[in-house]
This record gives sequence, C-alpha cells and structure tokens, in this order.
Amino acid sequence: MNQELFNQMSQSIVDGNPKAAAVVAQAALDAGINPLEAITKGFVIGVDRVGAAFTNGDAFLPELVMAGESMKAAVAVLEPEMRRSGTERKTLGRVVLATVEGDIHEIGKSLVGTMLSAAGFEVFDLGVNVPAEKILLKIREVNASIVGLSALLTTTMVRQREVIDALEKEDLRASVKVMVGGAPVTREWVAQIRADGYSEDAIGAVVVAKQLVGIS
Amino acid sequence: MGRWLLPNNWWVYPEAVIMSNLIKSITNPKLSINILTDEEVRQIHHATLITIESVGVRFPSKKALTLWEAFGANVDHDKQIIKVKADTIEKALNKAPPAYVLGARDPQQDCPLDGNHVFLATDGCGVEIIDINNSKRRSSCLQDVADIACIADGTEEIGFHWVALSAQDKPPESRGLYEIQAVWQNSTKHVQTESIYNEAEAQAAVEMATVVAGGSQALRERPVLSIMQCTASPLGQDGGSIEAALIAAEAGLPTGFMTMAANLTTGPATLAGNLVVGNAEVLTALALIQLVYPGAPVFYAAAQTSSDLRTGAYTGGGPEDFLYGAATNRLADFYNVPLSMGAFATGAKDPNWQAGLENSLSAFMACVSMADMLLGAGFLHGSRIWSYPQMMLDCEIFSIVHKMMGGIVVNDETLALGAIASAGPGGNFLTQPHTLQHMREVFLPNYMDRRPYNTWEEKGDDARDWALEKARKTYNNHVPKSLDPKLDKELGRIIAAMEVNIKSAPKT
Repeated sequence: MNQELFNQMSQSIVDGNPKAAAVVAQAALDAGINPLEAITKGFVIGVDRVGAAFTNGDAFLPELVMAGESMKAAVAVLEPEMRRSGTERKTLGRVVLATVEGDIHEIGKSLVGTMLSAAGFEVFDLGVNVPAEKILLKIREVNASIVGLSALLTTTMVRQREVIDALEKEDLRASVKVMVGGAPVTREWVAQIRADGYSEDAIGAVVVAKQLVGIS
Repeated sequence: MGRWLLPNNWWVYPEAVIMSNLIKSITNPKLSINILTDEEVRQIHHATLITIESVGVRFPSKKALTLWEAFGANVDHDKQIIKVKADTIEKALNKAPPAYVLGARDPQQDCPLDGNHVFLATDGCGVEIIDINNSKRRSSCLQDVADIACIADGTEEIGFHWVALSAQDKPPESRGLYEIQAVWQNSTKHVQTESIYNEAEAQAAVEMATVVAGGSQALRERPVLSIMQCTASPLGQDGGSIEAALIAAEAGLPTGFMTMAANLTTGPATLAGNLVVGNAEVLTALALIQLVYPGAPVFYAAAQTSSDLRTGAYTGGGPEDFLYGAATNRLADFYNVPLSMGAFATGAKDPNWQAGLENSLSAFMACVSMADMLLGAGFLHGSRIWSYPQMMLDCEIFSIVHKMMGGIVVNDETLALGAIASAGPGGNFLTQPHTLQHMREVFLPNYMDRRPYNTWEEKGDDARDWALEKARKTYNNHVPKSLDPKLDKELGRIIAAMEVNIKSAPKT
C-alpha cells in the first residue's frame, strides 16, 4: 500500500507535476507515513531518476527545473508536520542568493536557486537589486554557509566586490563561501575580488556549491 | 526591405562617395527571403498586443510609470507593470520615422537607415580581449576601446561602431562616457553606445555629442551618437536604461531597444512565442518614446537566441538565431522602423568551424532580410571575448554576403554571347577581352586557403594567422583623422563635471 504511494511520489517528480506532488504528499500524511520517509523513499527517488536521466543526456534542463519545483511543492506540504514532530530534513547547507544592487536581472539567479534546492540545499532567495547590508543581514540570520551573488552588467559586477568587502569588514568572510555569477563574470574576476567560486551555468553552480561545502 | 521609403531619393550619396567606397554596405539587393507570411506577421502582432494589454510589461522607473499613466495606461505602481491598450501602442508606433541618418564625424561616412542599406558594426559590451600583441586573454580597458575603434575606422566593412569592450579601468558611473570619447578620438564613423544606463550619464553623453556635432540642431540633423538599450526579458525593461533613452530621444539621438529573450528561460520554448515576448518588450519601449517625443528617431533591436537545452546557458548561435535574424526584420518592417540585428556573436571559443558556420548563417539571414544595422564583428564566446582575427574574419563574411546579395545579373553583356562564340568549344576564356573586363567581379577572398596542399603542410598557418596579421597591419599603419583638440578637451571637461555632480548628488 505504502509502496504504491512512494511510487506515485517519485512519479510526480519525474513528471514534473507540482500539483500531483502536493496531492500525493498530503495523501502520505493522511496515510500516517512519516514525512521524512516520504521524502527519502518517495520524492528523492524521483529526483535521483531525473538526475540520472539528465546525466545520461536523456533529460533536459526544463525537466530538471520542473522536478525541482515539484520537490518544493511536496516539501511545502510535508514541512509543517516535520516541524511539529521535531524532525528536520537534512540539507547540504544554507544558501543566500541575490542579484546585487543596481541590477534587476533575475532569471539566471533564480535558476541557480532552483537547481541548488533540488540538489538538497536550503535556499533563501532575496530577489534583485539587493543592497549589501540586506545580504549580510540574511547571511547572519540564517547562518548561511554559501552566498551567491549575481550581476549581468559590467557596471554592476563591481558590487560583488563590495559585498565581499563588507563581509570582510564585518568579520563574516571566514564563515561563508562566496559564489558569483552572471555573463561578465570570469575566473580572473573571481580571483581579483577573492570570491570562492563561479560557474557559467546553473548545472555547474550545483557542482561548485557542493565542492564549497566539502561534498564531491 | 519592405519599408515605405521617403519619396524622391531623399538621401543620395554624393557621387564622390560612391567612388571612394569608404564604407561597404549592402544595397539594392537581388536576393530575398520569405520567412513569415503577412498573415503570420499579423498573428505575431496581434498576440503581442494581447500580451501588452493583458499581461503587461514591467517598467521599473517612477518616471516611466508616471508617463505611462498620463498616456492612459493601466499602471500597477507596486509591481511596476504597465498594461496598455492596443490602440495606444499602434498609434504611438505610427509616429516613428521610417528612415533617418546615423551621422558620422566625417559626413561622407553617414549611414542612411532607409531600408535599402545594411551597415555592419563591431559587436559590443564585451569584458575580455585576446591581446593583439601577445594573443593572451585578459580583462578589457579603455585603451582597447580606442585600439578597436582605430582598426574599425580603417576597415571598409565596418560602417559604424558599437563600443566594443567595457573600459573596466574607468569608474562604472562614467565609464560609458570615456568609451564614446575614445571612439570619437580614433574614428570618424558613427558611434552607437550600448553602455549608458542612467539619466546623468545620458545627459552628459548628449552634451558630448552636441560638441562633436557642432550644436544641438546639427546633432538633430546628423546625430553622431545613437543609443541602444537592452530590455530585461521576459516582459521587462531596465529602469535606468529607459530614463537614459528618454534623455537621448529628447535631444534627437536615435534610440533603440534590444530584446535578447531566449527560448526556454527568458522566453517560451517555441520560436513564435519568443518573438511575441521580445516584440512586447521592444514595442512598449518604442511606444513610450513616441508618446513622449512624437517623431523621435527610434529603432528595433534584437539578438534573440535559444538557451542551451542541457545547461540553460546563453548560446550565441544555432538555427534558432538564424531564423530570428530574418524574422525580426519582418517585424521591424511591419512597424516601419529600422532594425539593429544581433548577428555574428558566435558561441565558439576560437575562430574555428563553429565560428565560421554560426557567423555566416546569422549574417546571411539578417542581410537577406535587409536589417539596417548588423551587429557585430569581433567576438568569441557569445559576445564576451574580443578577438581581432575574428573581427577580420567576420568582415570577410560580410563581404561574401555583400557579394551574394548582388545576386546574378542577367543582361546581354553578362550573358556573354560574344565571348562564348569567340572561345567556342574547347576554347579558353582567359584570352577573351570580356573576361578582362569582368574578372574583378569575381570575389577574391583574403582568408580562404586555396593554396596547394603541400604549401599548407609546410607553412602550417591558416585564416586565423592571416586575419591577425591584417589587424596588426591596420593597427600599425592606419591613422584616423583626429578629433579637434579643442573639442576633445571639451569632452573631457563634460566627463569631469559629470563625475563631480554624481559625487555631490544625494544617493537615491
């Protein structure tokens, strides 16, 4: 009986269907299944299947993104119960994401957010045009292990350095890894501003983030 | 190509210019392409108007939102989204002039945007360069902007400039001004900037252009500067860019808006849907300019593409790009405004097979549909890394397309019956006077390897080496007509004053 529900959970992720994921998550709770078990025996199996298909070249980015969205929908249903029972989902780390001040370009940053949360990170996305103070505040508040800073314009890219300077000034630099991204960002720029990593695309960002928290 | 032209050859090159051939442009094309039917264009137009009216477009600028409200748009100030009735958009677009001139410091190098010319520019806004001397990759600086402008000035295929690279050694808030000054110092050709993002910088740029043109009326008649802004796909604008464009339009500078909506990420997976998204962005921006400054010269700009299926990365090439190159021109023709089309811009990392393929097909599709402005020569890795060899190779691609666009001329002379009869069966056309007369019509490439196999084997060089050599030669030998030192000093003063103002202004 439970196995059938687990299969449905996994399938809702493979289908990239957030609505179905939420419905089957609720059904699991109604059937008295432990929410953590629902995640590990059901939904995560789906994520792994999509991930494997992607690695093989049989699945594409939109499928990965929709799997991530479906996972989010399922976790949203399961989370209140987990909180009540005091069980917590183990994550790979907390990531604060923002597009820097003066820049309103959102898509790349949001895509990185979806990929990171699908990979098991807990993501706090502050949106676009975010001043350094606000980013630092959030890093402190959630005790983030990674901060991701996005900028598309050559003129706003310099703000990535300002955030790093602020982190150093506030003695936060040692406790948080800094990832930067955006079309004008290069490896040389990363070295110049003393960031810890960058990627030219969202798939690469997951690899970099995992390396930064010591998981390969 | 299908744009309504102004009557009576309103713009005619002086005879001398045709002879001196300062700028190579495509004109009087014999080739054409049927990319979208009239009905399909109407469907895209209709879908765009529905999108603008019911979904809306984000304008993150208080000034723009206030203006839109005054023109009767439905404005959501919290979300900064405007929804506009179809009628308002259509009426506004009707006010845009179908043709005008991009002025140059040297009037002989003016570029008439009249629907019957294609002008090539350098590509722009990159951040790295392969150094001309040591061929090492590094960050771009102001001197690179100057060097590229000088080489482009001495290259006939380049009709006008985009600011090729970001002057990263200059402060971000005034960088765009140093860049246009550097281009004017090194070239007499028209400058189109794509890196002025706010009102203060635009104001200073207008002042500088006024100095170069010799007064504000002269600037209106032959604008030596035009401004291109990027939209923020999907369905959004950049607030500072819109405000900068309004300043430029007020002074009569041609202003354009470029959509880079990409399949899968910032646009739908389907080509038609992505055209709708991009069209809604460009049309709302152009309409706002026309509502505020009716009759101001504006242009449509696009560099649409597809995101990579596996990584979501910007691709800078592929069959979708090629189709957009021609389709966007159909849309610009439908709205009767000039088009600045992003072509070239290969995703390749080196001037290689991929670069040649992508840049040839994208350039051809944009040219065969007669895009007025063709962007742009010189970049690798999706418009990020400047390469001098790539610039020269792109110029040759343009020359090849230029030749192809002339098509096949059929008349008594070209049918060559006399020469055919004279040579006869088994005869030699090399000895015919007709051959001597017409041989220079045959295209002579600079960078195609037509040598014997063994020569290639021994030398081991190829197009990339020859193109770099050509760039170095131009760099070392070309002396651009310098800017009057008095004017140049004035430009410097304007930049300095702008920097002081920015520092003393309260931060908003």
